[in-house]
Amino acid sequence: MAGSGTPERTVRFVDEFRDAELGRVLAGELLAAADPGRHYKLMEVCGGHTHAIYKYGIDDLLPDNVELVHGPGCPVCVIPMGRVDDGIAIAHEPDVILTCFGDMLRVPGSHGTLLDAKAQGADVRMVYSPLDALRIAREQPERQVVFFAIGFETTAPSTALTLKRARAEGIENFSVVCNHVTIVPPLRALLESPDLRLDGFIGPGHVSTVVGARPFQFIPQQYGKPVVISGFEPLDVLQSALMLLRQLGDGRCEVENQYARVVPYDGNAAALRVMGEVFALRPHFEWRGLGFISQSGLRLSDTYADFDAERRFATPGVRVADPKACQCGEVLKGVIKPWECKVFGTACTPERPIGTCMVSSEGACAAYYNFGRFARRHERAAV
Amino acid sequence: MSAVDREQRVLSIIETARAKRAKFRDERITMAHGAGGKATQGLIEGLLVPALDPEGTGLAALADAGAVPGGDLLLTTDAFVVKPLRFPGGSIGELAVNGTVNDLAVAGARPLALSLSLILEEGLGADVLRAEVEAIAAAALSAGVAVVTGDTKVVERGHADGMYVMTAGVGRRDPRARLAPDALKPGDRVLVSGPVGEHGTAIMLARGEFDLDADVASDTRSLWPAADALLDAVGSQLRCMRDATRGGVASVLNELARAARVGVTVREAAVRVRPVVAGAAEILGIDPLYVANEGVLVAIVAPEAADAALAALRTADGSAHAQAAEIGEVRAEPPGMVLVETAFGGRRVMDQLVGDPLPRIC
Repeated sequence: MAGSGTPERTVRFVDEFRDAELGRVLAGELLAAADPGRHYKLMEVCGGHTHAIYKYGIDDLLPDNVELVHGPGCPVCVIPMGRVDDGIAIAHEPDVILTCFGDMLRVPGSHGTLLDAKAQGADVRMVYSPLDALRIAREQPERQVVFFAIGFETTAPSTALTLKRARAEGIENFSVVCNHVTIVPPLRALLESPDLRLDGFIGPGHVSTVVGARPFQFIPQQYGKPVVISGFEPLDVLQSALMLLRQLGDGRCEVENQYARVVPYDGNAAALRVMGEVFALRPHFEWRGLGFISQSGLRLSDTYADFDAERRFATPGVRVADPKACQCGEVLKGVIKPWECKVFGTACTPERPIGTCMVSSEGACAAYYNFGRFARRHERAAV
Repeated sequence: MSAVDREQRVLSIIETARAKRAKFRDERITMAHGAGGKATQGLIEGLLVPALDPEGTGLAALADAGAVPGGDLLLTTDAFVVKPLRFPGGSIGELAVNGTVNDLAVAGARPLALSLSLILEEGLGADVLRAEVEAIAAAALSAGVAVVTGDTKVVERGHADGMYVMTAGVGRRDPRARLAPDALKPGDRVLVSGPVGEHGTAIMLARGEFDLDADVASDTRSLWPAADALLDAVGSQLRCMRDATRGGVASVLNELARAARVGVTVREAAVRVRPVVAGAAEILGIDPLYVANEGVLVAIVAPEAADAALAALRTADGSAHAQAAEIGEVRAEPPGMVLVETAFGGRRVMDQLVGDPLPRIC
């Protein structure tokens, strides 16, 4: 962290990627690279990108004919209601402390959220890392500490390492509800969808630090769409959009790595190894809005089955259908924009979300509602 | 209808719905009701105001301090439940004095006297209590107010977090002040008296939940000297002041935009944030503009008075507000909304908080 002698607002290696002057240069290059006779639809896969796009107002710097479509990569948004109900049921068990990441707390199940469960007396705590959950277990051996694990390959290794440590230390009052998912199956499901109209993908950055760039080769090879793996700062996102436009302009179609400062082509071998040890693929897993996708979810491997909260506690395990009015699935597939959903902003708001896209600030609907809810396009159309 | 028109229509419907008075429909109180965002607004506007001020003549103005009928006295009250009791830069006792003094100061009233109620938990160390009483005495002396009445209660172990403190304050309306939250006019300037996010960040780090260490201290202080300097310098051209406590500068600006049916535009690059606070906020995924302050006021002034107001702020109370800055302005559009021109050159809405700021996971 910067010392007291440095000028204000210089957080080294962060502000460099938020330079407004460079942003304007890139905006000019994007304008030059975009064919004015063509409309571009680029999907940012990752919720972190969606958040950055709204937080920095990146839309304002894109040419009018370049549209960003928000993809399925918000890990909170894809958790189905039945899984939330399971978490709440466990939280209400005697002596249980249920821990999870912050934005999971507001995701509605069929009868309220984990925050509601907390208000009713359940011991629900927010943690920043699964290691914090393990620390609580170590400090309170008389309680059962359960970590409600969510996330793609980005967060799965930290859950895996925590479980390895729990085993090494012989901590028996710790267990995990594993909702970890993998990135490739939903992308494939999306690409198979007949109503999808996309020109290219801004690929997930943090997931790729673990899995590498290689797993995305099938997208250009089998589906003919370019991919640029992108960082999360505003200059990263603009540059990735530019790289996609240039691929399209040149008639190229490949996986490019804009985030090479962090993402190695083959990923992180150590992280993949520990995941392979601790997790096993479920035959299928339900995704909110997208339905069941084969081999897309992870469970604890047989070696770690004794840490599996789903075995340790009785859970309802009931599949709950998504609310009828909710169009999260179409939003996640990029078929409709958040504001085109029938309940957006009226019945479904960040304070009373119906669908999970409205819960996490990374969710496409919440990001649009919180940051983008003004007549940006209307102003442009009037000009 | 074109997509642009349809989007515009959807946005208008949402804004109409949001402009309506908030309802209180929750089955139970959750922590969100205490976070200063929309849930708090629902509790106040949906339950308290309709019951206590059905005519809409007093409480309904939701001012930091309310007028006592029949005179020029203003009354305010506040409860303090901070954990931990002591933190870098201050303690619960000091907050309890400054918080109430500041509610009077930003309402344009010179603070005169306080009441003090203590709720103490069985088992609280006498040394802890003594230290807080001393902190209260020192802060009251420094702010120039007298504690003139009080009460003590003790509750069983486990029923209070060490101690809770309630203060009420009385102040005399300053004759120079013509303050009203709905007096904002397009063109008015938005001033902030110092770097933002210090108190909330200091508390978050002092709780030790994040394994983060940084040299951040609470900014708790009396804001009367700053308010006094502003009233002296620009008097009736000062439209409104608020102390940016719970919910931060962002929440204050949203309340003002809503009350006056105007838009507010904030230039993100003009907002002062100390590097340690910016760094901690970056790591925790929190925007410093939503983080609580205990010694920062937001002042809305007429455009022609902005420079004089800023100069007065910067020299008020020693160097306490030397970093005061003009961060934006009032506009006619979009009514009820706060927009940010990001340092990167884009724009976004800066909305009210929904609940406690919940960190993003990745």
